[in-house]
Amino acid sequence: MSARRVWQALLIALAALPALITVVEVRAGVADPADYLTRQSGWWALAWLLATLTVSPLVAALHAPALLPFRRTLGLTAFAYASAHLSVYVAQVAPTPSVVLDDLIGSPYIVAGFAAWLLLLPLAVTSSKYWMKRLGRTWARLHRLIYPAVALGCLHYLWLTKSDYREPALFALLAALLLAWRVWRWRRRAGTP
Amino acid sequence: MLIRLTDRTAPAPSEITPEALWRSRRDVLRGAAAGALSLWLPPALAAPLKASPGPFQASEKPSTFDEITRYNNFYEFGSGKEDPAKYAGSLVVRPWTLTVGGHVQKPLTLDYDALFRVAPLQERVYRLRCVEGWSMVIPWVGFELSALLKQAQPTSKGRFVQFVTLERPSQMPGQRTGLLPWPYREGLRIDEAMHPLTLLAVGLYGQTLPAQNGAPIRLVVPWKYGFKSIKSIVAINLVEHQPTTTWQSVNPREYGFFANVNPAVDHPRWSQANERRIGEFGRRPTLPFNGYAREVASMYSGLDLKRWI
Repeated sequence: MSARRVWQALLIALAALPALITVVEVRAGVADPADYLTRQSGWWALAWLLATLTVSPLVAALHAPALLPFRRTLGLTAFAYASAHLSVYVAQVAPTPSVVLDDLIGSPYIVAGFAAWLLLLPLAVTSSKYWMKRLGRTWARLHRLIYPAVALGCLHYLWLTKSDYREPALFALLAALLLAWRVWRWRRRAGTP
Repeated sequence: MLIRLTDRTAPAPSEITPEALWRSRRDVLRGAAAGALSLWLPPALAAPLKASPGPFQASEKPSTFDEITRYNNFYEFGSGKEDPAKYAGSLVVRPWTLTVGGHVQKPLTLDYDALFRVAPLQERVYRLRCVEGWSMVIPWVGFELSALLKQAQPTSKGRFVQFVTLERPSQMPGQRTGLLPWPYREGLRIDEAMHPLTLLAVGLYGQTLPAQNGAPIRLVVPWKYGFKSIKSIVAINLVEHQPTTTWQSVNPREYGFFANVNPAVDHPRWSQANERRIGEFGRRPTLPFNGYAREVASMYSGLDLKRWI
């Protein structure tokens, strides 16, 4: 097994860890499983998304293109957590579908969160080498959808927070820095100051 | 040497009164044979309370002791739902002083033991609806706020009642942050304060309040969002003008003075049309005035509830 495969396996194990811990905690008994599952899955979805966005700056800073393949693993991990997050919501509203309408009208953060997940969906579907080759240059352009997805995810977290903005603000700040780095790189490449 | 028994040294409340025992205990209490069961414990260590069943018994199944004591808001101990249960053990509630003052003929000062002797204790099962969209059903032990106010005899200038929570950053880690302006303050109109539903709770599930639920004494106003039900009260003042309340001062657009539970008026950022009962996965419709419309709606006739949130 090549070193890269070993690292990949380790990363996948690491990616599964928060989910495993959460399941163990819920089975041991948390005060409110629905809330705990929602918060944990959502928090980690955003955290893994930020980790995904960190790969490219790292590659550039360390001149280490060998890191690039980990970006897909991280991105798919983020999508898995986001899907778990959405599933917990769907499980809550499934018995009374009419409440979805209340949420769409009255809870804009839910709309933002769902939009973020929708943007990630085609990225997860086209994450394989096959789609990369088939789409060519379009693939890279398509995968820029992660930027609005992260922005919507941060907005979602800020919007639903009642008053303690410390964590959602930290997420938003990190996302802003990671996106700003990309703007800076594009401008440099385009030759504008 | 002073030996102070704090909650930290106490057995967990759940060890003292398991829910099943509480259920059977209610029957025993009704049979007036409670004395045989109540082994003596200092009240700070979650002592059993003698209470008779009062009016207003919600028909729904009460939330479990675990749910009520491990999932709630009490920003004095942090903003997380499990922070109060984690950090409230540091709170020393004995000795305690509650003052009743302002526009009253007889200002009162109550020490810890006096809190339990204001009026015969009743048990009432109330719904609690948090402004965040979750709810519980809680068997409180307490007495009507009106019983205490009548003893203090409000004057005609006492048109509003202001409540203040303990400020003690050394034991309340949340107060060492700028999460909210401290101390926490709440308020009611005098007619709301005198309403028979308005309770001062000193216990739940048949025993003294756990610190995280607002020991030793807290307000319970079941037709209003939970943040109105101020915890660990040290001062009750009769005032002439509508007092500013904590959440209102932080964000008046989102949190009003009345804060009546109202499914027809959404929070600016989320729907209030339905709620999730803690421990359940699904949602249920939120009722006007949290299901107490028959008792309280008349107090607000002529008031535009969309405007006066």
